[in-house]
Order: sequence, then C-alpha cells, then structure tokens
Amino acid sequence: MVCAGTGCVANNSWGIKKGLEEELRKKGLENEVQVVATGCNGFCAEGPLMVVQPGNIFYRRLTEKEIPHLVEEHFLKGRPVQKFMYTPPTEKAPIPTMDHIPFFRDQMLIALRNRGLIDPTRIDEAIGRGAYSALAKALTTLKPEEVIRIIKASGLRGRGGGGFPTGVKWETCRDAHGDPKYIVCNADEGDPGAFMDRSIIESDPHSVIEGMLIGAFAIGSQSGYIYIRQEYPLARERLIIALGQAREYGLLGNNIFDTGFNFDIKITRGAGAFVCGESTALMASIEGRVGEPRAKYIHTVEHGLWNLPTCLNNVETWATVPVIILRGVEWFTSIGTGDVTDNPWGGSKGTKVFSLTGKVNNTGLVEVPMGITLRKIIFDIGGGIPGGKKFKSVQTGGPSGGFLPTDLLDLQVDFEQLTEAGSMMGSGGMVVMNEDDCMVDMAKYFLAFTQDESCGKCTPCREGTYQMLQILKRITEGLGTEEDIETLEQLSQFVMDTSLCALGGSAPNPVLTSLRYFRQEYEAHIRQKKCPAHACRQLNLYMINPDMCATKGHGCGVCMRQCPEKAITGEKGKAHVVDQVACKKCGVCYDVCKFDAVQVS
Amino acid sequence: MPKLKIEDLQKISDQVKRTTLLREGASRARVNVHMGTCGISAGARKIVDAVLKIIEERDVKDVLLTTSGCAGLCSREPMATIELAGEAPVKYVDLTEEKIRKIFTDHVLGGKIVAEYALALGSEREHM
Repeated sequence: MVCAGTGCVANNSWGIKKGLEEELRKKGLENEVQVVATGCNGFCAEGPLMVVQPGNIFYRRLTEKEIPHLVEEHFLKGRPVQKFMYTPPTEKAPIPTMDHIPFFRDQMLIALRNRGLIDPTRIDEAIGRGAYSALAKALTTLKPEEVIRIIKASGLRGRGGGGFPTGVKWETCRDAHGDPKYIVCNADEGDPGAFMDRSIIESDPHSVIEGMLIGAFAIGSQSGYIYIRQEYPLARERLIIALGQAREYGLLGNNIFDTGFNFDIKITRGAGAFVCGESTALMASIEGRVGEPRAKYIHTVEHGLWNLPTCLNNVETWATVPVIILRGVEWFTSIGTGDVTDNPWGGSKGTKVFSLTGKVNNTGLVEVPMGITLRKIIFDIGGGIPGGKKFKSVQTGGPSGGFLPTDLLDLQVDFEQLTEAGSMMGSGGMVVMNEDDCMVDMAKYFLAFTQDESCGKCTPCREGTYQMLQILKRITEGLGTEEDIETLEQLSQFVMDTSLCALGGSAPNPVLTSLRYFRQEYEAHIRQKKCPAHACRQLNLYMINPDMCATKGHGCGVCMRQCPEKAITGEKGKAHVVDQVACKKCGVCYDVCKFDAVQVS
Repeated sequence: MPKLKIEDLQKISDQVKRTTLLREGASRARVNVHMGTCGISAGARKIVDAVLKIIEERDVKDVLLTTSGCAGLCSREPMATIELAGEAPVKYVDLTEEKIRKIFTDHVLGGKIVAEYALALGSEREHM
C-alpha cells in the first residue's frame, strides 16, 4: 500500500508506485503482489511511505532507485528490508547493512565466493553453492581444447605472483610430449603475512579441487598433487576431509560423472622451506629430492615432475577457474584493467585476493577487482591507519616485492603497474606501515628472511644477500658509511642478475625500493646516526622528562627497577634520571613507563 | 555412497537448501560461527561450546548451529552470523562467551538484535 497523500506525492510516491509495478512485472510477481494507492498515512515526516501486508511491514523514506532492491529482497526472496523500516527514536539507530560497510561493500568475491557461508567439512554445502557444476559443464559440453580457449580468452593470469597467462600455460602443457602429465597445486604460500591460500583451502577446499579437475581435463592429466606447507595443519586437515568426500561421491577417481575421465589428487607436505614455493624446487621436493631450484630455460610444462609435462598453478588460480567456466569470458574480462584480446599480457583481468595486515584498522582478507587503487584498499576497505597515525608505506608482493610511498597511493593495482613502480603483485600480501616504522629496518627484516631461506646453491644469492644484510645491520646500529648505499645498490643488481631462481632474483627488491623512495631515511641513519621513526633503538636517545616523572609518575621507580644496565637513578617521589653513558638503548624504560615520562628522540 | 551422476548435483543442492533454509516448520534460526584459523586462535571453539551449552540448558529445538570458514574480517574474530527466518543475517564481532549468551537470549530467542555487538546486517554481495 503506497501512500498517495499530498505529502508523499510531493515526494514522488507516484514514481515509486510506478517503479514498484514495473519491477514486480519484471520479476513475474504481478499476480502475487497487489499494489494499491492509499490516502494519507499520517506519518508525513517520514514519507514516502509504504505498508506491506501480511506482516504489517512499514517502510519509510523510500526512493525510486531503491525499489528494485526492495522488490528483490522482500517480494522475491521473502526478506523484509530492515534498512527501509522505521525505527522509533528511543531505540538505537538501525544497525548498518553489509553494503554500508566499506570493508564488505567494496569487495568483489570470486575466489572467496563461499566465504563464511559453508561448512568446509560438508561437501553437500559446497555443492549447494554450485561446486562441481562447472566440472559437469566442462565434461559434458566442452572439448579440452575449448576449455583452454576459454581460459586463454579470459585473461586469467597466475595468482601466485608470476602473473603468467594461465591459458597459455595450459595450452603448452597440453601440446607437450610426454605421458603421463601432471597437475600441481602450489599451496606452499611462504610470503610472511600472506594467508589467502590458507583461507581458501580452509574455507572452500572444493573450489580448488574442482579447478584442478577442470585443468586436468583440459590438459589430459589423470594425476594431481597439492603441495601444502607443513605450517597449515587446519587447511591440510580440511583438505583431506574434502578429498575423501569428493572420492566417495566419485568426483575424484575413475570414470567421473560416467564420462570416462579419471583423475585423483595426492597431498605432499612441505617441510618448512620458503624456497619450495618456487616451482622447480617444489617439484624436486615432491620427487623426494632436495628442494633446490633449477634453471628454467627448459619449462616445467614440458619437463616437470619426473621430467614429464607438468602444469603448476597457485591455489587462488585454481579456485577462480570454475567461475570462469560457469560465467564466461565476457563477464570475467569486464572486470579488471587493460585489453587481453590480442595479448595475454595486455591486462590484468578479474579479481585478486590480498591479505591486508600491519598498521591498518581492518586486517583481513580482501578480494578486489584489478585496477582498484591502493588508497581505496587501505583507507576505504582497510579503514585507514589506527591511532590517528600517518600512513608511510605499503609493501606488496612479500619479500620479493617493494615498498610504495604515499605518492603512489593512487596507483592502480595490477600486474604491470606494480612492477613499473618497482614492486610486484606477488601472491597478495599487503603490509601497511606507519610513521613509527623505519624503512631501513623493514628492508632488513625482509632481507633477513630471504637470506635465511636461500637454498645456498648460487653463490651470488647465498653470499650476496648475507653481505647486504650485514651492511643493513650496521646501518641500523649507527655504523653505516657513505659507501654503503652504493655498495648496496651494486650488490642488489649483482644478486638479481646472477641468481638462478626468483628468490635471489627478487630478494634485493625491498632494499632497492626503500632506497628509491626513502633514501633520506638511509642518509639520516648514516650521516646523522639517527632513525627518524625511532624504531632502530640503538640510535635513540632515552631521557626522562623531570616534570612528567615528578608530577605524573611521582618518581615511581618502575623504570629504574627494569633497567638491565642499572643506568637509572632516583629517589621515590622525585624525578628519575638516565645515565646516558651506561644506557645501552634497549628502550625498556620507554616501554614500561605508564606516564609517558620517558621520551625518545 | 554411490557415485554421483550429474543430475545428482542439483538434487543435493535442493536438499541442502531445504534443510538449511530457515522457514516455518523447519529451523527458525541459524547461528553460524566462523572457524578459520583466525577465528579458532581468537577463541571460536569456546563460542561454539557456549552456544551448545545454552541450547541444552534451554532445551532449544529449532535453532541450527553451524560452522563455516573465515568471513574475511580477521581482526574482529571471533565472529558469528545470526540469521532469523524472514530477516537479513546479522554479523556479530569481537565475541566472548558472555556476549554470545546475551545475543542468543536476546536475538535468537527474543528476536531483538543486540545492536552494540553487531557489525552489519545482510550478506556480502553475490557475484556468483
């Protein structure tokens, strides 16, 4: 019942009535829902008004553009729309809806389509959300070559970091000589701070299994491996359950869906080596050999596992495949940047999942269309920097990526643009840093990681990263020299050019980007022996503000008791003092003072 | 379990919707606790136990308790999504055992959303 009193008419209730009738006709509900114009409802201040019976649902402040949503939700799906309903002023304001919350509204879920909705240990729930229907479509209506054509045309590129066009990879593998052929899923996810793949496997393992089935059909493989890192026990447990349930239903094994297609999957566990996320090292590990990469001028799609054609893709890539088969090329290419009609590298299509972490309010998993800006991800979806602190830098691509400064916040996230800026997409780790983070210290952190994880095969990587790390350590301790920056740049170039695999090839990226965008921080450490962010404690000066200590803290003495060097003296009730000669800059006094009396400069 | 034929996919899908859809005569409400690694490490198991306890105490028979994976907003775990038949689902965040007891009593049994613990109404937009 749409109110057609003067007040509401003046606010377009006729337009709303018309829109309502049209929308109901569109949805085929014109015989089920009767639209009636009534006289003035009385509550003019909240118009335009509408009452729905049965249920006595009272909608207010309606607008024409909300009508399609209202019809869809209330009349088609039977879910009255809370946000259009009236809330008496004594009650609290209505709770916002999901699409009012930027964290959820600005995301677009493809790989994470089932997140939070299904129990991953019950295959029926995944099937209820469409799992295995893409497989059915592929097996019964498409030839393997057609599946490859679709994936090629979609512009899907590897989501593990390489960004290699998936369709091209599948085609090369199909055409390669050798039998049997293998499908591999890279679930090693070693980048610190990245947890996209873990979440996909924990929450929706069937999306990955189905993707691998479709890939195996396209390439002509009957045997697949999922290489999952040792540090993901929950993901592995749910994967084992999912594989078992898929087998019970005959979705893995022989003669799937009575089409003569056979395929099954084995799980291989990692053993704590980051380098085994590199495809050739991963395959060596599956074979039982030491996880060391080899030169890739011979591609693994031609000679991979046991020297046979092997197609390796990342978890997120596999999870995206079924959706492309179901919804088609035109839909997928409408999302993202660039043009892939003639050149598979011509654009970045679809969405990417990022694990947003660090100094940001909404830490979590974010799936967004390619082409979205860093600013939107960090400040809208991420909710900005907590504590009112200032943004300083965002790191993308894990230890292989780089740091991007404030000036580049409007950069569109896609494969090419990130690489041009000196960073890379990587697997999707996105670490946000604020004014309290030291860029030299962060570069040191990532280099320490890659140095530790280097397999040691190549001298430049093994020795080069070690030497670079030593230089960075000296700089953060105030022992850097002018030549150090040039040495770092030379070593970086050298390690990048001469390492066999991408670990060494990209390990210097954090150093190079921090030098490119934050050179002044290096210079401050070297020339003034200062750390602008106060993160490198060796360079800090810890002093007690006597007024604060005496009036606020009343000389409580906590810092004195905690100081490992016994460098603080003072009487109870009076201001305490730090002996700068004895002080070893550990910063414990700063950490424990409850009155902000210890000041760092 | 017999091997699936393609037609079986739709049958299973329909059956799942029948048993998990909330309506008269079936379940009236669903409590869905998110249990990815983020949720579990934040204490989601205790939340599930608290719900099970209150269901037993009050002898509640028409409420579904389900678990799912991570809902995406890892920093606000433990999280649960409460859905009453005929209404939009509500996401509750930063849960503790006391909060979920109040939510169960007030919202699931009493029909009134606990606004101070709720983050949002509705589901994420479907792109499938």
